[in-house]
Amino acid sequence: MSEQIQAMIDQPYKYGFVTDIESDTLPPGLSEDTIRFISARKEEPAWLLEWRLKAYRHWLTLEEPTWANVAYPRPDFQSIIYYAAPKPKKQLQSLDEVDPQLLETYEKLGIPLHEQKMLANVAVDAVFDSVSVATTFKKKLKEHGVIFCSFSEAVKEHPELVRAYLGSVVPYTDNYYAALNSAVFSDGSFVFVPKGVRCPMELSTYFRINTKDTGQFERTLIVCEDGAHVSYLEGCTAPQFDTNQLHAAVVELVALERAEIKYSTVQNWYAGDAEGRGGIYNFVTKRGKCAGFRSKISWTQVETGSAITWKYPSCILQGDESVGEFYSVALTNNLQQADTGTKMIHLGKNTRSTIVSKGISAGRSQNSYRGLVRIAPSADGARNYSQCDSMLIGDRCGAHTFPYIEVQNPTAVVEHEASTSRVGEEQIFYLNQRGIDTENAVSMIINGFCRDVFRELPMEFAVEATKLLGIKLEGSVG
Amino acid sequence: MLEVRDLHVSVDGVPILKGLSLVVRRGEVHAIMGPNGSGKSTLTKVIAGHPAYEVTGGEILLDGANLLEEEADARARLGVFLAFQYPVEIPGVSNKTFLRQSYNAVAEARGWDELDPLEFEDYLEDRLGLVDMDPAFLERSVNAGFSGGEKKRNEILQMAVLRPQLALLDETDSGLDIDALRTVAGGINALSNEATGVLLVTHYQRLLDYVKPGFVHVLAGGRIIRSGGPELAEELEVRGYSWLVEGGEA
Repeated sequence: MSEQIQAMIDQPYKYGFVTDIESDTLPPGLSEDTIRFISARKEEPAWLLEWRLKAYRHWLTLEEPTWANVAYPRPDFQSIIYYAAPKPKKQLQSLDEVDPQLLETYEKLGIPLHEQKMLANVAVDAVFDSVSVATTFKKKLKEHGVIFCSFSEAVKEHPELVRAYLGSVVPYTDNYYAALNSAVFSDGSFVFVPKGVRCPMELSTYFRINTKDTGQFERTLIVCEDGAHVSYLEGCTAPQFDTNQLHAAVVELVALERAEIKYSTVQNWYAGDAEGRGGIYNFVTKRGKCAGFRSKISWTQVETGSAITWKYPSCILQGDESVGEFYSVALTNNLQQADTGTKMIHLGKNTRSTIVSKGISAGRSQNSYRGLVRIAPSADGARNYSQCDSMLIGDRCGAHTFPYIEVQNPTAVVEHEASTSRVGEEQIFYLNQRGIDTENAVSMIINGFCRDVFRELPMEFAVEATKLLGIKLEGSVG
Repeated sequence: MLEVRDLHVSVDGVPILKGLSLVVRRGEVHAIMGPNGSGKSTLTKVIAGHPAYEVTGGEILLDGANLLEEEADARARLGVFLAFQYPVEIPGVSNKTFLRQSYNAVAEARGWDELDPLEFEDYLEDRLGLVDMDPAFLERSVNAGFSGGEKKRNEILQMAVLRPQLALLDETDSGLDIDALRTVAGGINALSNEATGVLLVTHYQRLLDYVKPGFVHVLAGGRIIRSGGPELAEELEVRGYSWLVEGGEA
């Protein structure tokens, strides 16, 4: 029976194709010249180049961290391509001018970029290798004063906003991979929602790594002014290569007074084959700052891909009565390794945070939850509730929980619950006995296990996420 | 009609059933009684197709179809229903969703129409009456946090929804208070009137005060050693099993 379950989650990766498109790439290697090249190619202002170089020089002084519960050979940073852009035939004026092959790629991925074919009410920014290739619904968003564009465009069109917020939540000194990203980031998404505006649609960025041996270093910055609201989703896939690719992104969120940011991720990078060859190293720094009174940041992630995931979307709860949330599903199979969780840093009074983490391990994978809840001396009346559940499929995988709790204020209330369960033969037999076949039974059990997280996703994406787990679970029942 | 012919079953190489034969016709209620470890629960699980049991000989036929060639889910679609002694919890899956998926999974094979959520709601309301269950249970996760009695009622509700050809009830009476016992018994009686064949495994006479089996069998040492009418159950209540077992194969 457990072999049947295993067979179902051993589904081939559907997004492993490569688009044959001419690209403008730098030779592999990293030096100050690489950074100057990227900056020049993007026609950046001097202050940004200066910032990149400072980050690079700082990075040179750092050691790669080893505390995560993952094992992999150290990447050779000189063999990575730091800039790869699909070669545009000319400057794009509208979506109609995007290379049809690129559009086709996104169609194949289920992300149509033609506005009339889009999911109702979702605007998409598509990032291909290092560069944003298209952003939809720009005009409609502009009418509401919402800025949603590629990071490069933001640097050109709204330099004052970028300069004010870039690195304000994740400084380039933050950690090894954040420093690297700050030095070489090539594109990403930028969102600015002005005071009092509720963004009229979901915003979404779709990341695709295409070129072999490319590192993808994107940077996302989302700023919500007083009373503004936005819901943002990112999706990721990559082709199947037998070498590892590095993805080291940085995401910064800033929520001012009573602002609300909901950030959802469905991560399905290529995970490597059954023997652990290839796959993405997903080393990502994501952090939000609840800067204002009663602001709220909510992270929801569904992590199913990557050979290695190293990621802790966090909240700094600075404003009084601000709220941070983290809802996570991490599914690992074969030789995948995930070390993921969150940090909730309570600084303001009566701040609240909720953590719900669901880890599913199958095959020979290792799945770790690592989370920090810190209540600073200033955080009177702070509350946290954490729930970490692990589910094991088969008997060769591992689930680990590393909760760190630091309470420096006696009025704080911190709760932590954890459980581990196994998809059991008895559960499956019970559902079989009610006429439900094994494939649907496993999917039902797993979706039930993840329900608390899925219901936090925007409607359309909850369906997508359910399907994605379904794909990972569907198939060859004997 | 269920026909079990000379059934031999082992678990981990240990023989549990050693040549058991039994016939249950539509609308009949059969009680299987017997001492602990005699193989009563094994019999229900084998008929339902639990993968841990190895059939080493014999046949199980339902309306002429060879059940041993089918997986558990296919047997369920043919109309075999097992009310579990220990119903399993499925956290995060609402009882209502589960019931509807289950109903629709068997619907095609049984020649019923698939029901959409609204149609199913109406159907469910009708079936709920049989088990006197609070509709609030439909919104809760399958068996999660249910009391023992609630779990057993939920089994009977599932049976009412799936209207099986053959219902196997594995100690459905254990752990029930008297009110729950009456309700559960009422549900079983109503369904056997709907021409479901019922095979009831029980330790005690208690349930048989409410559900009147036409046939009572004593299982010991992996075989049926005595069959009779309802009077046999009463005799067992008074005399225990030892007078039978000592004379038979222990």
